[in-house]
Amino acid sequence: MADTATAAAADRSQMQVSDEIAVEIRNMNKWYGSFHVLRDIDLTVYRGERIVICGPSGSGKSTLIRCINALEEHQKGSITVDGTLLSSDIKNIDKVRSEVGMVFQHFNLFPHLTILENCTLAPIWVRKIPKKEAEETAMHYLSKVKIPDQALKYPGQLSGGQQQRVAIARSLCMKPRIMLFDEPTSALDPEMIKEVLDTMIELAEEGMTMLCVTHEMGFAQAVANRVIFMDAGQIVEQNEPKEFFNNPQSDRTKLFLSQILGH
Amino acid sequence: MTQSVSYVRDTMLPAQDPPALQSGPVKWVLDNLFSGWLNTILTLVSLYVIYQVLSGILPWMFGGIWDASSLTQCREIRDTELGGKEVACWAVIASRWKQLLFGFYPPESYWRVVLALVLFLAAVAPILFSGLPRKMLWLAVVAPFVVFWLLWGGTIWGPICVALGFVLGWAVLTYGEDIAGELAAILGAILIPILYWLFLAGPLARGIADFSSPILGFSSVISLVGATMAAAGIYLVTRRSSEIGATLLAIVAIIMWWAVVDPYLLVRFGLLEFASGAGLSAFGIEYVPSKQFGGFMLSFILGMSGIVLSLPIGIMLALGRQSDLFIINKFSVIFIEVIRGVPLIVWLFTASLLLAYFLPPGTSFDILLRVVIMVTLFSSAYIAEVIRGGLAALPRGQYEGADSLGLDYWQSMRLIILPQALKISIPGIVNTFIGLFKDTTLVAFIGLLDPIGLMTTIRATTDWNGIYWELFVFIGLLFFICCFSMSRYSQYLEKTLRTDHR
Ligand SMILES: Nc1ncnc2c1ncn2[C@@H]1O[C@H](COP(=O)(O)OP(=O)(O)OP(=O)(O)O)[C@@H](O)[C@H]1O
Ligand SMILES: [Mg+2]
Repeated sequence: MADTATAAAADRSQMQVSDEIAVEIRNMNKWYGSFHVLRDIDLTVYRGERIVICGPSGSGKSTLIRCINALEEHQKGSITVDGTLLSSDIKNIDKVRSEVGMVFQHFNLFPHLTILENCTLAPIWVRKIPKKEAEETAMHYLSKVKIPDQALKYPGQLSGGQQQRVAIARSLCMKPRIMLFDEPTSALDPEMIKEVLDTMIELAEEGMTMLCVTHEMGFAQAVANRVIFMDAGQIVEQNEPKEFFNNPQSDRTKLFLSQILGH
Repeated sequence: MTQSVSYVRDTMLPAQDPPALQSGPVKWVLDNLFSGWLNTILTLVSLYVIYQVLSGILPWMFGGIWDASSLTQCREIRDTELGGKEVACWAVIASRWKQLLFGFYPPESYWRVVLALVLFLAAVAPILFSGLPRKMLWLAVVAPFVVFWLLWGGTIWGPICVALGFVLGWAVLTYGEDIAGELAAILGAILIPILYWLFLAGPLARGIADFSSPILGFSSVISLVGATMAAAGIYLVTRRSSEIGATLLAIVAIIMWWAVVDPYLLVRFGLLEFASGAGLSAFGIEYVPSKQFGGFMLSFILGMSGIVLSLPIGIMLALGRQSDLFIINKFSVIFIEVIRGVPLIVWLFTASLLLAYFLPPGTSFDILLRVVIMVTLFSSAYIAEVIRGGLAALPRGQYEGADSLGLDYWQSMRLIILPQALKISIPGIVNTFIGLFKDTTLVAFIGLLDPIGLMTTIRATTDWNGIYWELFVFIGLLFFICCFSMSRYSQYLEKTLRTDHR
């Protein structure tokens, strides 16, 4: 699927990473009631890094990246996003959310608004950008994801792949510094997966900091500079993609890889 | 089968019109009404029943007598001219329709009611139909107060002082958050205006009216236009630097105008005598007490105020019921359950009898206002539950999508959640509104002269003693027109809002 993966891409994975910290998670724990979903998560994401998170279903991947923009609150430890410490202060949370873009498995476009309105809504109301300017930005990003001609349609009139690309454009319109993806391609038909992954690869090449939960291992090999494996709420293993796939350390990783790569 | 089809026609034949028996109304009738012997019998029986009913009703309705001065005369005409055939005596409508529409409202002021209705319709039009210019929405802000003033009359300071209550609530909500926190600000924004309306608004309006009669109201037009222009000018010039500052300056400008410029102009041009002579004091028009309100106008006022007010209150209650804030959540739940769990008629009796005991002595509280409040609260509890259904039907992804873009709570509610939840709830909301509108006839039981109450009054006169059906049909027709329009409108709205093309 993401056979855009090339040897050159692997080299790229080392580029553009600075030592400036984008996200810092320290000893973070989360419970759902008495169920301990995330245990002692420590993770530092540098600006420009592309991180792919994988792991079996229910291991807490979604929960982890949803904690980063406070869609879920954590109970212990600290998360610092772009220098802002996430606390219960709603102003901080809104600030972080406006700096962090998120793309969901089911797109979560607003069905009562046109594609263009979907893209201009947050810039106009959160960033207070004049409507005209917001529309220009929106058209720019819609052309980038290759659907400028659909701008006046409603989400319900688009295919799944197109909707997901709109969702990416919608996040980009906020000019985020970090992008989170939660299984952006798992709700799509195989033909559409490629168009979405291509968009994401393009984004990665521009140096966007990305955290991506996905099972597209081709994508991981092509653009990630770190792959994180989670199981039972813990980060079990993390490594650069080549090492991770060729030389997994823990048994759980090996088992997972053998299942997902279909050996 | 080993062989596949060997011949396929390679050109399409043009479609032909089906034979007459296979299409159009004839086919439909054959298919649906006479498709078997049982169906044929049912059809014939139904046709016979329909014929019987219509042949009874139609001549009664359309052969009715319009020209008579009493029921007795109607009967005479029927016996002498129509040979005793049962027909409607529409004469009662012809002679009493004004009363059925306006109650005991002074006839020379009927124009005020009509004007109020026109204004009301003009104000809701831009809300109901998105094709109209957005600027017209300003009408909706001003109209309630002008309508109020037109209907009840008296000094214009009354509605202005009432309007100030809303400004007060808005100010508390906007500036209170930083001072006292969000929760306190919301509660304050609800409680402070209510206290203001109960205790301050009345005396304030009377005070200003008394004080202003000769001086401030010296010539309604000059004073109002002057003050408005001064305020608007200052607002427009200073708006760029600060919206709030500009608003405050504009308010100061109005006060300065009335306090300084008006009196100066008065003295300078000797208009004082002219003003009091012309009876223009304080923009007064004749005061009409609530007990003269009646007829369909009363139902309409009660129904429409209930509808207009209960929608926002219902939305707030529905949001409150979803809220994480403990007090707001519990308040909403208890409010909804208590209001909904007791019959409306009980609440109406409470409004008419009990409320007077609970209110502090000295506050007189108009009966109509009390009924409007009760009706509003009653239907807002229902609306809240209908909207809660809509909110629950939205996928969680919509909330998360809005949150992830950094929209704050009110923004995501207003821009994302409510538009969709309300759209889903339209049938339920309109259903509640139609129910509310018809339930306003219950006020007949607490002595208000709505159409049903007036019927009793009309029948109590010697002229029309014993007349029933004609009045019922007329009142029913009026209600049907209103309710049916609401229903049609809701269907239109659902169609225009449909954006999911799946
Ligand atoms: N709101 C919730 N309340 C209680 N438990 C939850 C809630 N959301 C998730 N969980 C549980 O937390 C665990 C981690 O969920 P999460 O969605 O993060 O898994 P995931 O790794 O993203 O899985 P998948 O690959 O299926 O998306 C799961 O066991 C799930 O059942
Ligand atoms: Mg998940």
